[in-house]
Amino acid sequence: MEKVLFTHVDQPEQHRIETYVKNGGYQALPKVLRDYKPDEVIDIVRKSGLRGRGGAGFSAGMKWSFVPRDTPKPKYLCCNADESEPGTCKDRVLMERDPHLVVEGIIIAAYAIQAHQAFIYVRGEFVYPAFRMEQAVAEAYAKGYLGRNILDSGYDLDLVVHTGGGAYICGEETALLSSLEGDRSLSRIRPPFPAVEGLYGCPTVVNNVETLANVPYIINRGPDWFRSHGTEKSPGTKIFSLSGNVKRPGNYEVDLGVPLSYVINDLGGGVPEGHTLKAIIPGGASTPLLLPHQIDTPLDFESMAQAGSMLGSGAIIVIDDGACMVWTAMKLIDFFQHESCGKCTPCREGTAWLKQLINRIEGGEGRPGDIDLILDVCGNIMGRTICPLGDAAVMPTESIIKLFRNEFEYHIDNKTCLVKTSYPLA
Amino acid sequence: MILTDETIRQIKIRMARYPSRRSAILPALTAAYKQVGHLNPAIYREIARVMDIPYIEIAEAASFYTMFPKHEVGRYLIQVCHNISCSLRGADNLIAYIEQKLGIALGETTPDKLFTLIAVECLGGCATAPTMQINDTYYENLTRARVDEIIADLRAKEEQDNR
Ligand SMILES: Cc1cc2nc3c(=O)[nH]c(=O)nc-3n(C[C@H](O)[C@H](O)[C@H](O)COP(=O)(O)O)c2cc1C
Ligand code: SF4
Ligand code: FES
Repeated sequence: MEKVLFTHVDQPEQHRIETYVKNGGYQALPKVLRDYKPDEVIDIVRKSGLRGRGGAGFSAGMKWSFVPRDTPKPKYLCCNADESEPGTCKDRVLMERDPHLVVEGIIIAAYAIQAHQAFIYVRGEFVYPAFRMEQAVAEAYAKGYLGRNILDSGYDLDLVVHTGGGAYICGEETALLSSLEGDRSLSRIRPPFPAVEGLYGCPTVVNNVETLANVPYIINRGPDWFRSHGTEKSPGTKIFSLSGNVKRPGNYEVDLGVPLSYVINDLGGGVPEGHTLKAIIPGGASTPLLLPHQIDTPLDFESMAQAGSMLGSGAIIVIDDGACMVWTAMKLIDFFQHESCGKCTPCREGTAWLKQLINRIEGGEGRPGDIDLILDVCGNIMGRTICPLGDAAVMPTESIIKLFRNEFEYHIDNKTCLVKTSYPLA
Repeated sequence: MILTDETIRQIKIRMARYPSRRSAILPALTAAYKQVGHLNPAIYREIARVMDIPYIEIAEAASFYTMFPKHEVGRYLIQVCHNISCSLRGADNLIAYIEQKLGIALGETTPDKLFTLIAVECLGGCATAPTMQINDTYYENLTRARVDEIIADLRAKEEQDNR
């Protein structure tokens, strides 16, 4: 299968501008500045059908077109490199190994929405990826791809690498903007959407690293080429982060629409010897679980939704028969409770309550009625929060209970696991 | 003064890069953390002065971000991911192994002030699990043998630095 974003990632010097250029980099940018008006760039990206790779799958071209054209306010582009949802570790590879691809994508997107200031919000723990991005940005300035009058086109753009402070919520686009403004990273009610009123109250586009990395290729090879990969509604390739109980975990780029089993079994080698597959979290920790019989579900936005889950960020977490599902639910809810920004009550109080209930069951102190209480709390969070983190905590929790209720019941009745979790350290 | 001239210079460079200097609060906290190894109110006060921003705004932002310890920690802050992908590959046992090896529990610091051990949320190293971070460096695909090696290397480095 043809790789696109990962074509050059294994070359040792790809992060340096000379190698990037030698391998065909910085050809899309001059073409854009010379041949296309901003609206034409938006049109090309819209025609390609590129959808956001950060989780929601929203059309990139459409998002860019929402930015008002006749406003006197400055406009901003933010590249979302917060990458903090358990299971997800793909943007890091692009930043470390092909940072100029990300930079070139950012410059083209910024030009399309006529922003003169762009940011890359990199999670604080990513010291090395941020260093690679800083280095790439400095090289791009030195060669005139950033700064004043880029390649004599009259277009100006500054790009700042901004590092975070260790909070998953900073990846939520409105919280990212709060954080970038120097505030606590609290989410904001939408509307207004960032495209209209974002950073410093100005029109702002937030796009994921992988989304933007696709843009230079779309410019160079055209929307029809892009659509030759993937499915009609989910065109292109996608990087899947495969983790958990598989023989060969890793980041794999494949066409959207390939069966889940292709990534888990053909690329990942399946679950370790002597074990059987128990469940799959297909799109990052916030997505509902799938069962083994659903392993041939195509990996695209529509098929995943039809199967009752989500493509999300493309983080496939494989769970084998060594896991107690109450333990699994605990691992997930502990994360979401810790990461709730605390701004709205259903999520702040609800995730804390869920954490307490699930930990109590796992600890052998569950009481009759706890399962229904968990579902009740879930129902009181879902759809009642400022940002999607509340829902993100509920979706896997409800799904685990629905699919593995017997393990919860066993736990409460017998004060111990039906399956004793055992994952030794090698 | 706690912050060095170099840290203050870094903060000022950052302030000039943003349309609003408040945006440099997080970069300023990062610069101070890199220098000192943790953050506290005395540091917020100095940042507030350098940035000409009210103390409370600095303190408020700092209190939100868990990446910066708010009290003194060991020279090496061992941060082990305890989320799902790492847990499916032995993170619980990794934590137990390090606890036993260093003779401390989660949240504690060794008596020589060399190591502090904490559990953290997903580090974005899920496909190379189990993963941990010590100060700025990631360590992935961890095994007992690898942990032994890492700790021994850091101890050796410390001895060399002390000589
Ligand atoms: C709690 C939460 C965390 C998120 N974290 C990230 C993240 O780390 N990276 C990311 O690109 N998008 C993340 N998103 C999605 C963003 O809000 C936003 O939709 C995305 O960055 C838009 O980019 P895209 O359209 O290119 O996907 C998160 C959303 C939520 C609700
Ligand atoms: S849903 Fe949770 S994370 Fe989102 S705004 Fe409310 S409290 Fe904050
Ligand atoms: S779950 Fe441990 S690094 Fe992501």
